[in-house]
Amino acid sequence: MIVVALVLLAACMLPFVVSNYRTFQFTLALVYAIALLGLNMLTGYNGQISLGHGAFYAIGAYTAAILMDQYGVPYWATIPAAAVVCLIAGFLFGLPALRLEGLYLALATFALAVSLPALLKYHHLEQWTGGVQGIVLLKPDAPFGLPLNPDQWLYFFTLAITVLMFVLAWNILRGRMGHAMVAIRDQHIAAEAMGIHTAMVKSMTFGISAMYTGIAGALGAIAIQFVAPDSFNIFVSIMLLVGVVIGGLASISGAIYGALFIQFVPNIADAISKAAPWAIFGIFLLGFVYVMPMGIAGAVRMAVARLTRKAQNQAAKP
Amino acid sequence: MQELLHQVLAGLATGGIYASLALALVMIYQATHLVNFAQGEMAMFATYLAWSLINAGMPYWPAFLLTVVLAFVLGVVIERVIIRPVENAPVLAVVVVFIALLVILNSVTGWIYSYTIKSFPSPFPAEPIFGQYVTSHQGGAIGVTLVVLLLLFLFFRYTPLGLAMRAAAQNPDSARLVGIRVGWMLALGWGLAAAVGGVAGMMVAPIVFLDPNMMGGVLLYAFAAALVGGIDNPAGAVFGGFLVGVLENLLGAFVIGNELKLAVALVLIIGVLVVKPSGFFGKVLVTRV
Repeated sequence: MIVVALVLLAACMLPFVVSNYRTFQFTLALVYAIALLGLNMLTGYNGQISLGHGAFYAIGAYTAAILMDQYGVPYWATIPAAAVVCLIAGFLFGLPALRLEGLYLALATFALAVSLPALLKYHHLEQWTGGVQGIVLLKPDAPFGLPLNPDQWLYFFTLAITVLMFVLAWNILRGRMGHAMVAIRDQHIAAEAMGIHTAMVKSMTFGISAMYTGIAGALGAIAIQFVAPDSFNIFVSIMLLVGVVIGGLASISGAIYGALFIQFVPNIADAISKAAPWAIFGIFLLGFVYVMPMGIAGAVRMAVARLTRKAQNQAAKP
Repeated sequence: MQELLHQVLAGLATGGIYASLALALVMIYQATHLVNFAQGEMAMFATYLAWSLINAGMPYWPAFLLTVVLAFVLGVVIERVIIRPVENAPVLAVVVVFIALLVILNSVTGWIYSYTIKSFPSPFPAEPIFGQYVTSHQGGAIGVTLVVLLLLFLFFRYTPLGLAMRAAAQNPDSARLVGIRVGWMLALGWGLAAAVGGVAGMMVAPIVFLDPNMMGGVLLYAFAAALVGGIDNPAGAVFGGFLVGVLENLLGAFVIGNELKLAVALVLIIGVLVVKPSGFFGKVLVTRV
């Protein structure tokens, strides 16, 4: 509890001590954290592999962008709209996905992510999606005359939604739904025998997971102020997978570690070469699968457990 | 009518390329029950090797053969070094390893060769030799595909090594008991798959041009082809490849337009997986609970 409060306090101080550009980067990290949390519910807790969450990220981003650009909807109202659209899209995609297990689901979602940019470019949709050019958005100003610049305001806006989504996820995961998800992942036949409606829980998980990712997409579109088909290629989905694996599967805090990783490591690596971030992502992926399958969150948990045990031992000794 | 014929023949040409890559996928699936997401990037990397060799002044066909050998070695090394440690790991770990491989090959290629698009030579003459309906590269690609398929068929059907590899894939435990080194057979399977993929890459490169992301769409069609034919059936994969090639071209030309071509693959993949997961010729899998 104290740790959470301290992290929150630090997060609130952040925009006042770093530059605007850094604030923008942290905003994106928060956006990724929401998306990773969504993917982690599906893959980490429910055991359904998705290589296509970039598609839901894109749907969320486009929902927000089209609403703002075409219909003049205020930016904050696009978030719930994106959530609803992605919840439905995810639920609908989850229905056929029910019949697919493991590898095949990965295949189907991979196909979705690869073909989505082509769909977004489709010329009959161009009047809404803007075709290849995409849509340019305006950055919102701080409301109520708050003494914040747009970057700072957007950071706080995103932070508030992130906190909300994390609390929601925490509640879902420790409740009936969360236990059902884990039960299905570990032993789906036993889970069914216990009276869990497997099909419903799996599709709902897919829907909720897509909803998280869609909200992240909408926030990302508002922060970057631009959406275009080619920025939502398969590598967005792969990046989310990287974040989940490196942050830690089946862990809420893992989403934050993973988000910081995928946001800031490429920045550092970019200095070496344009291709370096992805090479590093790939090598880290391999390394984590081989030696640290529980990700950073797992390593932190282990370290904390070891330290507290040591402290207890020392307290007991004399 | 002429237009239709032209589209069908063009579809057969690209279909042959999909068939090769689908065959590579099926070979790995049969041996390990895994779908290799990095197959396309392995083929892409091999194609870049071929490009280097040709640019270094080597004539096309020697470069072609050398690339096939190099791709084979690359496949064996990848299996031994990267795939081996996760052989019995959960599906998620394996998928993540494949994705890591995809990303590494893609970025390393981009690093070495830069992301600018390069043209890749075709070994076949520029003027059509098969009449007006089909360019000679298309005809040649179909020919090369058929030769590769024939060689593979002969290898698996009539050589002791091919038999050993089939045995290792079908029943690893019994194969091990009669003295087949199953691990190495898997590595050889990966090598062969990489070599076949390399051929597919070199055949498709003159059409789509050479760039590190060139195989994304092709891989998707190959997935669709493998699934349509039944993911555990090599002949089915070949059939599926040609079918997907023709279907893609016809739908693209007459029904939905070129932009939505990739969606055909998506619909096929999801449709087959949901309606008939074993495809046209696959074995229906029954699991005991």
